[in-house]
Amino acid sequence: MLATAIIVFREVLEAALIVGIVMAASRGIRGRGGWVGGGVAGGILGAVIVAACAGTIASAAAGMGQEVFNAAVLFAAVGMLGWHNIWMTRHGREMAGAATRLGADVRAGREPLWALSFAVGLAVLREGAEIVLFLYGIAATEDGGIGAMALGGALGLAAGVAAGAGMYLGLVSIPLRHLFAVTSWLVLLLAAGMASQAAAFLLQADLLPALGDALWDTSFLLNEKSLFGRVLHTLVGYTAQPAGIQLVFYLVTLLAIGGLMWLVNRPTALRAGSRASSHPTALQPGE
Amino acid sequence: MRSLALAGFFAVAAFGSAQAADPAPVAISIRDHQFVPAEVTVPAGAKVELQIRNEQATAAEFESNQMRREKVIPPGGTVSVYIGPLNPGRYEFFDDFHPATRGAVVAR
Repeated sequence: MLATAIIVFREVLEAALIVGIVMAASRGIRGRGGWVGGGVAGGILGAVIVAACAGTIASAAAGMGQEVFNAAVLFAAVGMLGWHNIWMTRHGREMAGAATRLGADVRAGREPLWALSFAVGLAVLREGAEIVLFLYGIAATEDGGIGAMALGGALGLAAGVAAGAGMYLGLVSIPLRHLFAVTSWLVLLLAAGMASQAAAFLLQADLLPALGDALWDTSFLLNEKSLFGRVLHTLVGYTAQPAGIQLVFYLVTLLAIGGLMWLVNRPTALRAGSRASSHPTALQPGE
Repeated sequence: MRSLALAGFFAVAAFGSAQAADPAPVAISIRDHQFVPAEVTVPAGAKVELQIRNEQATAAEFESNQMRREKVIPPGGTVSVYIGPLNPGRYEFFDDFHPATRGAVVAR
């Protein structure tokens, strides 16, 4: 039962941290609970379907369907997170300003939250599919199956959700005028880490060259599979022994999204110079 | 300029690894929560295909931290995982859904 709880916790943790960041990044936007909740629900439904089709997916793409699927899901999430960040660069400053002056209602309906909703759904889908397969295996084979499985699963889920809630509460304790700058950086690093993970899947499928199997090894400093290592793996893409191709994807994603944020932000900063000066501390990534 | 040098380095690294001839696939089975064989030897410095067959009634997940590989294997299914080119050494792997099930790749 404890083993079940630990494995479920590990899988939930990544998705829960992402949900925590997304909730903080969309703070004050009316209806975000529905969008994010819808993303989670859609992700769970998708996870069950993916788990049920595991055999079909595995044998697709000449036996590399799983890697291609995982990489596609990750790249889609990278796109959604990048799109959100670029949007926020344009509007985050107004939002932070408006929220302190006029209250949160001003922002109602202004951010199309589908991108974040999708990103959450994709994270839940990826981790959820593994949980479903794992729990199904436990229920089918282990002694005292269902009861112990349900209890272990619930414990693991609760611990993972608590970690996500902790992430959220920590972030929203940041003053609102700084919050969106912090969440922009977090989302940027999250996206870069996902791109590096996607590269690892394509490398495993032999669809990309390794460009060096392990550029360095920092597992003596921080084991990627320790709790803290897993958290950093999710948040900033920490990999103890990265392949060269992972570093390439990480940096390209960082530069592409960061560069677009910088480009989008520049004219806005010029136009809104007078407005921005009344909130000199509302830093924008890319400035 | 530095990025150009980096790109050149990667291009050379890719070319170098592509030149090595691919050795024959290595077959591993999972049955009764055991990898059979539990240890396989592969040539160092070459890309190797592991063909892993799950002979159990439930899904397994082949995973290795050192090789950074993870792949779900449906019950009764066989999957391919490409590893390397590895430096000489011992690389452990396990079934993530049943972590007591362990094995290793030895590259020499």
